Amino acid sequence: MSVTEGSVAHDDEVFKRDLLTVLPHLRAFARGLCGRPDFADDLVQETAIKAWTARERFTPGTNMRAWTFAILRNHFLSELRRNRHQADYDPDSAERLLVMEADQEAPLHLSDMEVALMKLSPERREALLLVGAGGFTYEEAAKISDCAVGTMKSRVARARDQLARLLDPERDTITVEHEKA
Amino acid sequence: MEFVLSQPQGMDDRKRNQGRSGTAGDRAEPGRAEPGWADGLRQLYNSVVHEPLPDSFDDLLKKLDRAKNERD
Repeated sequence: MSVTEGSVAHDDEVFKRDLLTVLPHLRAFARGLCGRPDFADDLVQETAIKAWTARERFTPGTNMRAWTFAILRNHFLSELRRNRHQADYDPDSAERLLVMEADQEAPLHLSDMEVALMKLSPERREALLLVGAGGFTYEEAAKISDCAVGTMKSRVARARDQLARLLDPERDTITVEHEKA
Repeated sequence: MEFVLSQPQGMDDRKRNQGRSGTAGDRAEPGRAEPGWADGLRQLYNSVVHEPLPDSFDDLLKKLDRAKNERD
């Protein structure tokens, strides 16, 4: 084996190790995006394979989590368009579908948070997942979502407001601290 | 492994506030208490992060190797 081959093999091993390390994060992101554990895990596995076959395009030392999140996100959107998991719906109905599912009480057992999250538009949900849960900066999140930083900031702000209203309708009035006095 | 958790609210404008995290005067709420749901969102995310990978992932490494061979 030549030196070059050996170093490629080494790089592959490092890449694979890093890829496996981000799988739990990919699952969390995917779950939040689509709200369906089975679909989410399919997305993650397919994302991992896409990332692996595209590994030469990854710059070592850059953020593997951000890189794979972008792949997952694009894959998710194209799956929605391709409509693999649902018979017959167009891109516009993807959001309705998610909302509908969240509104139904069965079959999934969703927490209030999950229900509220699914009521957000896909863009806002994604923004909140990336920045509010995933800990990405606005710049990183904008890159993942392929939008301007300002757009990402406004999506996050609106998502936060909407989620706050959904989960805690009386939030604005809670300023009293001496109720017991 | 990186476990970058969310920034507290109020760090929205990192550039403007660089090096002065937590100073009063921006949009910080009194006491800077995060709303409960913000924590809930992270918990939701982290609960999945900390789940053991399901069995369906056992074959992933093999699939990766297969994908590699197919390409080569």
